[in-house]
Amino acid sequence: MHRSRSIRAAALLGAAALALAGCADSDREDASGGGTEGEGSSGAEGGTFVFAASADPVSLDPAFASDGETFRVARQMFEGLVGTEPGTADPAPLLATEWEGSDDGLSYTFTLRDDVTFHDGEPFNAEAVCANFDRWYNWTGLLQSENISYYYNSLFRGFADTDPQGIYESCTADEETSATITLTQPFAGFVQAMSLPAFSMQSPAAMEQYDADNVSGTEDDVRFSEYATAHPTGTGPFQFESWERGQQVTLVPYEEYWGDQAKVDEVVVRTISDGNARRQALQNGEIDGYDLVAPGDISSLEDAGFQIENRPPFNILYLGMNQAVPELKDIRVRQAIAHAIDKDAVISQSLPEGSEVATQFIPETVSGYADDVTTYDYDPERAKSLLAEAGASDLTLQFNYPTGVSRPYMPTPEETFVAIRSQLEAVGITVTPVADQWNPNYLDKIQGTPDHGLHLLGWTGDYNDTDNFLGVFFGKASPEWGFDNAELFGALTEARGLPTRDEQTPAYEDINREVMDFLPGVPIAHPVPSLAFAPEVEGFQTSPVQDEVWNAVTVSE
Amino acid sequence: MLRFVLRRLALTVPVLLGLSILLFLWLRALPGDPARALLGQRATPESIANVTRLYGFDEPLYEQYFSYIGALLQGNFGSSTQTGEPVTAMFRQGFPATFELAVCALLFAVLLGIPLGYYAARRHGTPLDSLTVGASLLGVVIPVFFLAYLLKLVFAIGIEPLDGLGVFPTAGRQNPRIGATHPTGFYILDGLLTREWDAAWDAFLHLVLPAVALGTIPLAIIVRITRAAVLDVTGEDFVRTAEAKGLTSSTISRRHVLRNALLPVVTTVGLQAGLLLSGAVLTETVFAINGLGSKLFSAITLLDYPVLQGFILAIALMYALINLTVDVLYGVIDPRVRVS
Repeated sequence: MHRSRSIRAAALLGAAALALAGCADSDREDASGGGTEGEGSSGAEGGTFVFAASADPVSLDPAFASDGETFRVARQMFEGLVGTEPGTADPAPLLATEWEGSDDGLSYTFTLRDDVTFHDGEPFNAEAVCANFDRWYNWTGLLQSENISYYYNSLFRGFADTDPQGIYESCTADEETSATITLTQPFAGFVQAMSLPAFSMQSPAAMEQYDADNVSGTEDDVRFSEYATAHPTGTGPFQFESWERGQQVTLVPYEEYWGDQAKVDEVVVRTISDGNARRQALQNGEIDGYDLVAPGDISSLEDAGFQIENRPPFNILYLGMNQAVPELKDIRVRQAIAHAIDKDAVISQSLPEGSEVATQFIPETVSGYADDVTTYDYDPERAKSLLAEAGASDLTLQFNYPTGVSRPYMPTPEETFVAIRSQLEAVGITVTPVADQWNPNYLDKIQGTPDHGLHLLGWTGDYNDTDNFLGVFFGKASPEWGFDNAELFGALTEARGLPTRDEQTPAYEDINREVMDFLPGVPIAHPVPSLAFAPEVEGFQTSPVQDEVWNAVTVSE
Repeated sequence: MLRFVLRRLALTVPVLLGLSILLFLWLRALPGDPARALLGQRATPESIANVTRLYGFDEPLYEQYFSYIGALLQGNFGSSTQTGEPVTAMFRQGFPATFELAVCALLFAVLLGIPLGYYAARRHGTPLDSLTVGASLLGVVIPVFFLAYLLKLVFAIGIEPLDGLGVFPTAGRQNPRIGATHPTGFYILDGLLTREWDAAWDAFLHLVLPAVALGTIPLAIIVRITRAAVLDVTGEDFVRTAEAKGLTSSTISRRHVLRNALLPVVTTVGLQAGLLLSGAVLTETVFAINGLGSKLFSAITLLDYPVLQGFILAIALMYALINLTVDVLYGVIDPRVRVS
């Protein structure tokens, strides 16, 4: 009885398994077919390049993004009017071959390439450029929220239906290959800003077909459109194939690309959020490369034959000093702290090899860098006497640092904290450590409340614009720094409004000098961000602003 | 029986409603500003005010709750504030990974745990028994995170001089180079359905280490419970009677000992099945499996209210359903329960 029942069950199960097998179609033939085709027509070396990212893209439409992982994928599919010179942050021709700004800094005329098509076959021309600008300007409702359209918000500062409307006025298609953008105020960083993926050129036809701006907008229910999740259409060397949320994005070469054809048959960007897991996946051959290599892993990876590529640093790590704390309001105390810190030791103890000591709040590659700012050399004796002079020999300070975060400018904040803490204690400062989880707690406390003393923070530049560093930090009174310096705020507002780069550069040099005399914080270092690759990978060109396009990448099998 | 099931199902409704209120309030009591969490380091006072207004974070709590529950009753769970992805879609997309993992871990625990516990009890006092008891104690106390890491080091990466053992993949659910087709999202099943046998095999290999890591604690507990229950039943009068009647020992084991000993084991398995979902958070992180666990984890760190609410409610519902199944199974195993 029992036996016959179990036999029946087994038979049923077997039959079910047989019935299931083969009841869905494999679309494998298609995939490999597409691959060989690509190989045939372009003479590509072939293969799949698998790269591990730390997070999923937020969406596939870069206009709605401000995070590195969305941009990493977007850079492969999209291009802007302006690119960057390889390995630098300087602007270079891309979809526009040249541009000219008017003398008053209010209009820019871009001459466009005439051999470019979007992935949907539509031509790229002046009308397409204007369609993109008008799209951004006419966003309404939730699309105006800074967490969605951060870059348009922060650079153009307004929309068609807001008051003020911001600095965009109009776009005119003068001819098929010439478009003029008019602004209401000068914006010297305009051309550089056009290299941001957020301002990539997208196919107007595809955006209309897939309802790109239909972010169904109830308040607690933002959803991205079909365009942003399944049909991104740009002009780049790769086109979209599939996105399995949380797992991977797959891209394939665009056969009609105007520039150098991609060499691999397929690109897969896998999401592996844990840094250790990324390293192990590379060691085990499951991926070909990954970003955000932990400083402690570099030498062991190199010893095992993996390639380490460093990006030129385009960032700053600093120690903030909150002047809402009475002792820190005294410039002598701030100077003492600056003299107490041995930046070289901080670098060797907690930052990747090759990181540069910082003398000011911008890296050297950003315009406005001043060679002759006041520097504060490591001098513990000087620090002690300055503290004594200020009557603060018995100083106790809160020291805030974040946990559970690794940023390119701050790969291991806990270790950086330990290094600086011991240096401060060596000159007689008593440190009260306060650790918080990075987002939102730490950021909330540092940027939103006066409840902090010394703190670690930093910034990675988005594009070559001084205001993107100095303006972000010191543009106006903020709880992060706790000071009100009308002179500095005024100088920054004025510099931002200057119409050309040439006029801005000396103004920003002056501001850098002023800041380093005022000493609101101690610039520590420009840490080098590292990527790791398997030995077979070639042709990966790093960029300080992460303008890395993978069409030259090869993976020999 | 049907009435019992229906009554239990009806009971879960007020439970879930209560949970939704508690959850709603608890999440909003967590420290941190959700607008800041959305904006990150780029936040300015103006942008925080703007986002707070656009997302309605400043509305009275009861209004927020009623608009949430109103949408929920129409089957709308809202969407992630971080990515704009509908919560239901996120759940559907994360569920297969976690389900596969939990099922494999549970199979590992049950298929190994019950026989081990049974034989340990039947050979009570022998070295095999002591070894099983000792090993299961170790299994209970070892942290999942540590075990996962250790397994990965030895059996995926390979360490000197045991390099040869590192045969399993370290991360993810499948090798992307295989180019598998995924009609359902359950990768092993997908491989079988589409006859991409290598893809199914590859997905299975990816699951071995995570399943062992996640299944070890339940395994150890099941071993101990089974052993204790079998020992208990072996001493009962009816077993002695059966022996006296002259039944073969295998019949006694199957019909009398095991069947009676299974009751507490089934209870334990049911409870463990629920716990697997929470254990999956750590395992998924270590093995880079983007299932419900890792989504939940990032939602907590970023104060993604809709995702947290939706996922926790769904997990609570699953937990309730699993326990209901266990209660129904009691009746199947033990006719005495059926009567009452």
